[in-house]
Amino acid sequence: MELIESPLQDLKKEVSTGTTIIAVQYQDGVIIGADSRTSSGSYAVNRVTDKLTPVHDYIYCLRSGSAADTQIIASYVSYYLNMFSIEEGCLPTVKKAAHMFREFCYQNKQYLLASIIVAGWDEENGGCVYNVPLGGSIIKQPFAIGGSGSSYLYGYCDIHFKENMTEEEAISFVSKGITEAIARDGSSGGICRIATINKDGVKRRTIYGNELQKFWEK
Amino acid sequence: MSGIGTGYDLYPTTFSPDGRIFQVEYAHKAVENSSTAIGLCCKDGVVFGVEKIILSKMLVEGTNRRVFSVGEHIGIATAGLTADGKRIVQNARQEAKNYENFTSDIIPIHVLTERLSIYVQVFTLYNYIRPFGCSLMIGSYDEEKGPSLYCIEPDSVALGFYGCAIGKGKQEAKTEISKLKLSEMTCKDAVKEIAKILIKTVHDETKEKEMELEMSWVCKETKGKHKLVPKKLIEEAVEWVKGQENEED
Repeated sequence: MELIESPLQDLKKEVSTGTTIIAVQYQDGVIIGADSRTSSGSYAVNRVTDKLTPVHDYIYCLRSGSAADTQIIASYVSYYLNMFSIEEGCLPTVKKAAHMFREFCYQNKQYLLASIIVAGWDEENGGCVYNVPLGGSIIKQPFAIGGSGSSYLYGYCDIHFKENMTEEEAISFVSKGITEAIARDGSSGGICRIATINKDGVKRRTIYGNELQKFWEK
Repeated sequence: MSGIGTGYDLYPTTFSPDGRIFQVEYAHKAVENSSTAIGLCCKDGVVFGVEKIILSKMLVEGTNRRVFSVGEHIGIATAGLTADGKRIVQNARQEAKNYENFTSDIIPIHVLTERLSIYVQVFTLYNYIRPFGCSLMIGSYDEEKGPSLYCIEPDSVALGFYGCAIGKGKQEAKTEISKLKLSEMTCKDAVKEIAKILIKTVHDETKEKEMELEMSWVCKETKGKHKLVPKKLIEEAVEWVKGQENEED
């Protein structure tokens, strides 16, 4: 009688980015952050995943849902954004990137499991965050959270978010959020990856597990 | 009947010994048979004017359109085979709509022009389809970038112009246009100048029947939307031209 499920069963489950992703607008641009766990059932396929995916020079997307689906969509959008920006001779807006993601997610909704946050900087509008959740709708928000770990962060974000934060405040907001979600969500874990996107470009940093702030724990 | 291109002019797939594709050149001739169309890129917008020969008194005014809107912000004026022109405009409208659906932005004019140019070029490659027998002028006005005017010929070459004329009277029209100071002209003035060129310089009253003026503009005044010039303004322009004639006599 099999009481314990064989570990090999995990590998047959689809690889998903059960995850925590956050993007927030700040004074000069956006700060984006994510955890680094990719799971297949209860097996962590990758504990140092990079869920911060560039689609253009100043535009990133944060992926949650099926890893395969979100990777391929990001690669399509990146392809088209590059084509358009060369044709037009100017950098694409975050709005354009977000709408492209929406087109793919909505038109193929039967086949996909993809919830994406698009965040970046453009000259017309400064820092922008767009949420493209499961059904393929698109909403512009001052901050967005996604993934399985985000359920634990709605209260935290509602209380701690402020408009026009400085870079430090925004990084603190994001990193504390990811830390809290990692602590509470089984599908989120590993390190906290953060990127700052503003007119000067993209600056990435990593906060390792042992450096993450410790909140209430016994 | 043997002309210059005999032997090398049956299909667009054949080059002549001196490197010409005669079918494409014959397509240009089709454009030269049609009545003239003028486009002017002014200080605050783009104005199109077309000399339409009235073939019969039974025709309703404003029918047989030569100027079309693509999206809300781009206008296209055609010369040559009207049916060919309409086909390309249809394609342009699809491109504009697809671009807008995909990216949520309106299509920039230079992107549309590039795509139409590529589309027209395809028809110069095969022996079972003929090149388009029409030239198009494409114009738009943007708050930041200002007015833009492009012209696509049957050989698919697309060039940007300050002032352009296509059709039968293009040579005389271009001469008149080069005398104008376009960078200082407003669209309202351009309406008058175009009317003058079409009525006086290009249209030959002895040889041809009456003409109808079809004019459209996309400018600051129309807030960047492509619209037909109001009838009243055209009538005033025609009056002004007649007044000029009397003065000169």
